[in-house]
Amino acid sequence: MDLNQLKRPHEDLEFIEEQGCMAGAKPDCVSDYAKKRQQDEMGTLGSGNHYLEAQQVVQLFDTAAASVFGFRGGDLVVSIHCGSRGLGHQIGTEFLKSMAISAARYHIELPDRELASAPINSEVGQAYLGAMRAGINCALANRQIVTHLVRLVFADFLPQATLSLLYDVSHNTCKVEEHVIDGMPTRLFVHRKGATRAFGPAHPDIPPSLRSVGQPVLIGGTMGTASYVLVGMKESMSLAFGSACHGAGRSMSQHQALKQWHGRDVVKEVATRGILIRSPSLRRVAEAAPGAYKDVSEVVDAADEANLARKVARLEPLVCVKG
Amino acid sequence: MQPLRPETVPRSWEHFPHQADIGVRGIGATKETAFERAAQALTAVITDPESVAPTQSVPIVCEAPDDELLLVDWLNALVYEMATRKMLFSRFNVHFNDHSLHATAWGEPIEVARHQPAVEVKGATYTELSVKQDERGRWVVQCVVDV
Repeated sequence: MDLNQLKRPHEDLEFIEEQGCMAGAKPDCVSDYAKKRQQDEMGTLGSGNHYLEAQQVVQLFDTAAASVFGFRGGDLVVSIHCGSRGLGHQIGTEFLKSMAISAARYHIELPDRELASAPINSEVGQAYLGAMRAGINCALANRQIVTHLVRLVFADFLPQATLSLLYDVSHNTCKVEEHVIDGMPTRLFVHRKGATRAFGPAHPDIPPSLRSVGQPVLIGGTMGTASYVLVGMKESMSLAFGSACHGAGRSMSQHQALKQWHGRDVVKEVATRGILIRSPSLRRVAEAAPGAYKDVSEVVDAADEANLARKVARLEPLVCVKG
Repeated sequence: MQPLRPETVPRSWEHFPHQADIGVRGIGATKETAFERAAQALTAVITDPESVAPTQSVPIVCEAPDDELLLVDWLNALVYEMATRKMLFSRFNVHFNDHSLHATAWGEPIEVARHQPAVEVKGATYTELSVKQDERGRWVVQCVVDV
């Protein structure tokens, strides 16, 4: 396969948050340890709740938005959930220590060391901001690599298929955004943990071709249930700084899940429903068992009823690949 | 003499639940032993430590201004070595020198089919972080690790 024939990566940029590159990233603020930890992990999913799924669009709630997003009922969708891998973890580890140690210098009393922090304009604060932004870029690049690998597989097995990117949304980020506070446009640092942006219609940061309906919001479910595509709502800007949840969330720890399920049984059970699971470790399947998560449909309904994001489509898994 | 009932034999390492993550705890007569056992608890999050053959050694040195930060540094150093060397560790030897920790970790290259790793530890955190002696004088060290 001649990689130069794959033009899609350039077309993807418009549909990736920050046009594929977060401004203000400072790779020099990322340690050599972090870079070394990452170098063999580019193009990998990682464990935990990360996955790659082939899914089918089984229900449409908003056909107009789905049409703008470019899919119809019955279409195949490939969802990729992964992040910055070891680089992001190492950045977090190192700056947590730096800030825990430097807190006293900035007269910050930490009730809990896990709340380690520093003034944003301090040397360590600016270094962390630059490194964190570099971590976001690493995650964007990682998902682009995985997307490319998926396209290579499809080119081999289903050469007639066209895989266009719906949207790449980041989670676990801190971004500088303008929001209205008490009637005044205000520059804010918006931290989203387990949450993503969910900008409503007409927002200038949304790709022009999607701007009429709003930003795609992707809420992943479990390997045995469903995932959803939603669209950001105008109300979300004032309710939640233009944010929505990122997933259903766990209802129990990995530890409890491993006590309750065996990976082999989970694989067999979902296979009876036509879902194929591939994982290098059956224990990893057990800790991600569908029963270990909250009901994604209830979570999505709550987000819709709260006017954070409106349901567009329900996707059900056909194949789930765990890292 | 009556044999000790299994539940009265103290565990040398433990896990404790914490929402979506997991706590690791090491218990020992000395601080060094407790740190070594916390490392075993870390491995046990991933796989059965008994399944990891201690055939290759890796030296580790950490420095931190107090014992609590040193525990997190120690566990994070192991996470780093596991990630970059693609190894698992099952035996540890720890020594302290002022605010530094010098250790050797023994383990082997990870074999996914045999070790069946359950999770990939992202890092040790400061949540539920504690290094202290209990009422019996045993050292009990713990923190939550992010999985």
